Amino acid sequence: MASVATDPDVQQAIESAALKSDRFRLEREADWIRLEEIVTKMEKGKTRRLSDEDVLALPTLYRTLLSSLSIARESSLDAGLIDYLEGLALRSYFMVYGTQTSFGRWLKGFFGGGWSQAIREIKLDIWIALFVMIAGTLIGYALVAGDSDWYYALVPGNFAEVRVPGASEEALRGTLFGAEKQDGLGVFAAYLFSNNAQVAILAFALGFAFGIPSILLLIHNMALLGAMLWVFAQRGLTLEFVGWLSIHGTTELFAILLAGAAGIHVGRSIAFPGAKSHLTAASDAGKRAALVMAGVVIMLICAGLLEGFARQLINSTALRYAVGGAMLTFWLVYFFVFGRNRAENRL
Amino acid sequence: MNTTTTDPWIRRSTNPKLDRVMVSPEGVPLNVTVATAGARAGALTLDILIILGLILGVTLLGLLVLWGFEAAFGAGVSLETSGPLNVVFVLWIIAVFLFRNAYFLYFELGERAATWGKRAVGIRVAARDGGRLTAEAVIARNIIRDIELFLPLVFITSGEAEGTMSDFTAWAGFLWVLMFLLFPLFNKDRLRCGDLIAGTWVIQNVKRNLGGVVAPSADANGAGAGQASARYEFSDADLSVYGEFELQTLESVLRTGTDEALETVTKSICAKIGWEPGTGDERIFLEAYYTALRAKLESGMRFGKRRKDKYSADI
Repeated sequence: MASVATDPDVQQAIESAALKSDRFRLEREADWIRLEEIVTKMEKGKTRRLSDEDVLALPTLYRTLLSSLSIARESSLDAGLIDYLEGLALRSYFMVYGTQTSFGRWLKGFFGGGWSQAIREIKLDIWIALFVMIAGTLIGYALVAGDSDWYYALVPGNFAEVRVPGASEEALRGTLFGAEKQDGLGVFAAYLFSNNAQVAILAFALGFAFGIPSILLLIHNMALLGAMLWVFAQRGLTLEFVGWLSIHGTTELFAILLAGAAGIHVGRSIAFPGAKSHLTAASDAGKRAALVMAGVVIMLICAGLLEGFARQLINSTALRYAVGGAMLTFWLVYFFVFGRNRAENRL
Repeated sequence: MNTTTTDPWIRRSTNPKLDRVMVSPEGVPLNVTVATAGARAGALTLDILIILGLILGVTLLGLLVLWGFEAAFGAGVSLETSGPLNVVFVLWIIAVFLFRNAYFLYFELGERAATWGKRAVGIRVAARDGGRLTAEAVIARNIIRDIELFLPLVFITSGEAEGTMSDFTAWAGFLWVLMFLLFPLFNKDRLRCGDLIAGTWVIQNVKRNLGGVVAPSADANGAGAGQASARYEFSDADLSVYGEFELQTLESVLRTGTDEALETVTKSICAKIGWEPGTGDERIFLEAYYTALRAKLESGMRFGKRRKDKYSADI
């Protein structure tokens, strides 16, 4: 306000103002207008072009504005002025308490422990989802073993050209070690990623309905896997099939497991919020699960690449197990060992 | 609720049911207005159109690139295995995935926390508790969008196209869509499921300019206002007929009113206080009356006495 007081014109206007509340306004106007200019620039995405003084002044100007607003509400009946202050206070509030400082910094925190910690926080839901997935596989296997017609009900048409109950060992082996499709691998990988990501997102999003649709989706997808497992087991190809699956499956199924667990976590918090209100419980769980989901998408990109490239290029079962096992070990170590001490120290 | 910030006679929005108070971390209550369902729907429609436009644009671009390859290296080259067709197709799939999922994320994580559609109708996303809008919250609210919007769209279009939908599934799907689409109408904060999960809400942007000082200064240069306060003297009885509501109505007339409006208001005030309305200097009269009335009401305010409108007791 030093600048205001030294300006003789403003000084005179302040002195001659008829009302006390107008004097109050004229004394502070310059600061408000400066704040408004800064905020307008920031809203237009020109934050980088602000001068250092402006950036440093922003928090002070913002707090000054809040106190001006509080005073004006109690002492001024100038509706235009109060409207202006209310609007400016809200706009600068959003700038001061805006979104995360920068995307890069968020990413660093995410990979440097945030992701792993979010996964450790939903451990119970991961166990539930794992149980559901194993149960789904067994159900699929048992159903088809009991009556092979179930296979056609479980597996959608486009999957099942060769891989049907009663197919010869030759034909099935061909699907596991076929190298005929190498030309389109990139497309295949991208398609698989996009498709799987949508399934995972669905598994999470359905958690909203108390987690029940998430569980059903997990059971259905795993029953499909169980059914296929039976077909291959009939021809003594279990080991090869699991190898074929594990190269990307350890990553992909892990990702789907996490997505389902995230969905169950949200559903569980809505159904049983504990001491919190339903809304708070839902939003706390939602934010935790969203971190897990951001990671799931990254895992699915890896899975898509492994499925599209590595699986078709590596034709030895032993190597497939090695790659799949290595990926699984990597994820487990990263999620459940990495950053553990640091997180605990912080708490 | 704090009565001084939610004073009913300060009209903030057209629908007072949507006005809320959000307490800033400094402890100052801030007035916010929840975005109307209509604005939300409009913004969403715009965003969907923009996404469709982007997808169309990328498709055309891909075709153009392929056409360019054909022209440069001879016909048929792009159909060869591991040729440019594959690369272009991979990029296309990734681009479509990003448009569908990352468009909302990218824009809502920005400074204005609003997609192009939301900016166009003047609304933005904010944290419901008044704290920082975190990246997690934005991710959560947009992942849920998948079941609210894209899943039903895909469900309906694919079911229709293949003709595989039985009556029962069609109706079940329709109810599903309706449940999520109309969800915001069934809660007072207009939250959709994604907002509920993420702890966010969508509120209206406010952008108002600082108007001039309405009350004239005591010795504004020479004629006009300077004479006004000298010419018009109001007794306490003259000023006790109105409250804050009327004062602020008068203020808006003085800020934006036409000459006819000034004349009408002058006549009705004069009738009320028993004065003979003059002609030609309505503005000066009204400014003088406004200043005197505001001085009286504000001095009452300083002692904690407020008068809502002309029907309330005089202070």
